[in-house]
Amino acid sequence: MSERDNVALDSAVSHAWRGFNGGEWQSAIAVREFIQQNLTSYEGDDTFLAPATPRTTAIWAKLSDLFVQERAKGVLDVSQIPTSITAHDAGYIDRENEVIVGLQTDAPLKRAIFPNGGWRMVETSLKAFGFPVEEKNREIFTKYRKTHNDGVFDAYPEDVRKARSSHIVTGLPDAYGRGRIIGDYRRVALYGVDKLIEFKAREKRSLDGAHSTDEIIRDREELSEQLKAFKELKAMAAKYGFDISKPAATAKEAVQWLYFGYLAAVKEQNGAAMSLGRTSSFLDIYFERDLAEGTLTESQAQEIIDDFVIKLRIVRFLRTPEYDALFSGDPTWVTESLGGVSQDGRSLVTKNSFRFLNTLYTLGPAPEPNMTVFWTPKLPEGFKKFCAKVSIDTSSVQYESDELMRPAWGDDTAIACCVSAMRVGKQMQLFGARVNLAKCMLYAINGGRDEVSGDQVMPAFPPVEGEYLDFDDVMKKFDIAMEWLARTYVNAMNVIHYMHDKYAYERIEMALHDYNPLRTMAFGIAGLSVVTDSLSAIKNAKVKVVRNETGLVTDYVIEGDFPKFGNNDDRVDQYAAWLAETFMNKLRKHPTYRNALHTQSVLTITSNVVYGKATGNTPDGRRAGEPFAPGANPMHGRDKMGFVASAMSVAKIPYEHCQDGISLTSSIVPSGLGSTRSDQVANLARSMDGFFGTTGFHVNVNVLNRDTLVDAMEHPENYPQLTIRVSGYAVNFIKLTKEQQLDVINRTFHGEV
Amino acid sequence: MDTPMMSPENQTPERPLKASRFELRAVDNHLDDSEAERMAREGRWGFLHSEETGSAVDGPGMRVVFWTTGCEFRCTYCHNPDTWKLKNGQVVCADDILDELAKYKDYLRFSGGGVTISGGEPLVQAPFVMNILRGAKAMGIHTCLDTNGFLGDKLSDDDLSQIDLFLLDVKSWVPETHLKVTAKPVGPVLDFARRLAARGRPMWVRFVLVPGHTDAPENIRGVASFIASLGNVERVDVLPFHQLGRFKWEKMGMKYELVDVHAPKPEQTEATKEIFRSYGLNTP
Repeated sequence: MSERDNVALDSAVSHAWRGFNGGEWQSAIAVREFIQQNLTSYEGDDTFLAPATPRTTAIWAKLSDLFVQERAKGVLDVSQIPTSITAHDAGYIDRENEVIVGLQTDAPLKRAIFPNGGWRMVETSLKAFGFPVEEKNREIFTKYRKTHNDGVFDAYPEDVRKARSSHIVTGLPDAYGRGRIIGDYRRVALYGVDKLIEFKAREKRSLDGAHSTDEIIRDREELSEQLKAFKELKAMAAKYGFDISKPAATAKEAVQWLYFGYLAAVKEQNGAAMSLGRTSSFLDIYFERDLAEGTLTESQAQEIIDDFVIKLRIVRFLRTPEYDALFSGDPTWVTESLGGVSQDGRSLVTKNSFRFLNTLYTLGPAPEPNMTVFWTPKLPEGFKKFCAKVSIDTSSVQYESDELMRPAWGDDTAIACCVSAMRVGKQMQLFGARVNLAKCMLYAINGGRDEVSGDQVMPAFPPVEGEYLDFDDVMKKFDIAMEWLARTYVNAMNVIHYMHDKYAYERIEMALHDYNPLRTMAFGIAGLSVVTDSLSAIKNAKVKVVRNETGLVTDYVIEGDFPKFGNNDDRVDQYAAWLAETFMNKLRKHPTYRNALHTQSVLTITSNVVYGKATGNTPDGRRAGEPFAPGANPMHGRDKMGFVASAMSVAKIPYEHCQDGISLTSSIVPSGLGSTRSDQVANLARSMDGFFGTTGFHVNVNVLNRDTLVDAMEHPENYPQLTIRVSGYAVNFIKLTKEQQLDVINRTFHGEV
Repeated sequence: MDTPMMSPENQTPERPLKASRFELRAVDNHLDDSEAERMAREGRWGFLHSEETGSAVDGPGMRVVFWTTGCEFRCTYCHNPDTWKLKNGQVVCADDILDELAKYKDYLRFSGGGVTISGGEPLVQAPFVMNILRGAKAMGIHTCLDTNGFLGDKLSDDDLSQIDLFLLDVKSWVPETHLKVTAKPVGPVLDFARRLAARGRPMWVRFVLVPGHTDAPENIRGVASFIASLGNVERVDVLPFHQLGRFKWEKMGMKYELVDVHAPKPEQTEATKEIFRSYGLNTP
């Protein structure tokens, strides 16, 4: 670089950073510090917001037509070019009128193929949706280029295969991208790519003196890949006519730069969850500067955010119909974290937090981006009320505890997927779906045999004897079964993530992390309320077993009543807390790949339906095939005492043993929140203060009547945008399978008469 | 108390209390009415129909609500006729209720809510109810009593000071209408309202709008004019009649006179609210 170039670069940087309060962030990658130095908290209400412009409405209408075609076909179109950051030419929805540009392929809703995760997934998906399979691609990815999927199955031990095929462990990311990694896309806007390359190159050089162990070699190779990804990011932006080597100088540029970072990630990876991070309040600093300089109006500000959110709403991945059925539609978990307060108590709510939520009005309700509010009673009242109002009107927002996450992870934390907290750019997770603990309990009763197939899945141990279940005996056997399951589960996860790093590494996402971030390995459990109620039944009532001709216990007869989870009753709630802690401690016994920190979630996504389908009768009286409750929810209809008691039972599950999140989904009928709209808004905000002021971690809030859902099942065409929260994310109700729709309709609606 | 059925150990593990107010619930306690009344007079044990947490329609904020049994009003439009007989309730100890409430203390503080005792008519069991409200108040929980006021004399002035908010159900103003819909005269209700006003106790008034029964303009205006004169009424809720309690009458083999009465149209409810507003009353 010549002397002259250097001067030119510096002046570009100082122009981009004009008016900002300086600090350490100028000489190191430190986005949090930049935010702390420059953020303007907003304490007011929603009256400043601007409506959608005709331009926005027209673009959205154009897409809405495409959505109808997409729904009819399942997948609108597919690009057969194996994807990469630079594989596709620029694409537009409406080139002249777009404010923020960039698509995953060369046309909207046209999906890319991501063969690095696994060729089989690509081929099955193409065939399922009626697209040809190109022979050349098949040859490359089956003959010359090994995939993540191939690697995993080369190294799985027998126990893992057995656990997988008996559905006691499901949803493992062994055939597709693992996701739940959030690149710090804000860095692209704040520093420009050249500076990021400079810092990354320095990190790589710092390893030159280190001895070449397995770990160091892997790190050096990864850092090289990250540097290449940065160069590709610049090339990708250039196709759209942008030079993003320098920092963004305006609000519009900041959004565009940041989006290019995110776009590169979703061009490169089809991770199960491709979350955005905590971007809106960061971006607000640029919006405030432009507003102060008189170069931006409120209407233009909303338009920029609207166009950005439109892009986030049309992120698509090509997946199999089975995958879509499992997760209800094709969720991408473009989670954006809003709100919260700083370590020093200052609110992190900005006008841009309002503008993001306002897109649920300007563009109508939608599941993506997954709007996630970090709630604390300390939030400004105006923001609390606006959130409550948006929830009542759209059922599209989820809430998570700022009070639990801030002390654990700091104030620059974002949610990946549904409930997984991570420090942006400094922490990533190795995602691992979940195990079915209800099934595990049935294995305990049956000496390691599957209650449906009768197969011996776990190594054999003595099944229960006698006519009635004995609490101590069941607990002893459950311990044996969980021990095996935990070991098998960690084994599977280590294999998966070893191979994912090797064959499907997230180059650009990891480039937007510090070197050697904190890695967590996120395990999950399903069936918590089924196990909890079953243990309560065995302890407090009498549970008689019914055996089939092979001696397998296949059914249970409960004599007497028993306390049920969800009524704030310690006699039963203690088992939920015990279960989470006990299984977590068993996981912790087994070392993880890359020494990741063990974490656990109580989250089922919508797989509570398929888990239920694969699980026999349970001792709590649940019939074979019936859905589990989602996440940490009490079983449907058993929480009799209202929302607060239900939520407080769930709040007893200890966060220290579930640091990957505890999900509660709640449906309330509008009249259950009060007789007038202003009462409803105030009461919803207050009930959240109550939940998060105590020890609640997460709640999905649906405010709707059961009748609406029943009508939407019958007349889906009338409800194209009906959105409901399911388990850590939102879905288009009409995209759910019929079973999932019925599951939602059968849930407890609080306040219903 | 040494009656065996009243010891908590003898209850089924899951308290039948945990239920929705809209469920038909009548517990067979094997008690006769006089024995039940004797217990209620003593105040340590009481009779409850149900409990709900997170109610947004029984006072300010999100509230824990206990519904008592026992009521002498016999309102023709009652949606909880299963609460009329005292002995139909679940026998519970006031101390247990306070233990239960303690679990919600923090939640209620953060959510700006509190506890509400409703019914039935709570003052049928005034000593029991006061034990709960006094204990709740001592825990710092906002207290609310939903009453028809007829038995207000059972409360001492000190009792009144333990209650942060009264939800007073004024069924009607016109004496004949009141007699017709409740089987009791309106006089004691109004006396109680005046007493609360004189002592400056905050009050919300609830008026159930039953087409053809309570909706005569002079009836509504009478209520509005009276409560507007009191000076302590912070809010009026006009509750439109509904048919959700009808099945209970039928299931209990009781004659339900309002079979043909429809819920008021939203316009009628709104017009009724307007009347209250025209007297300067806060009627959301």
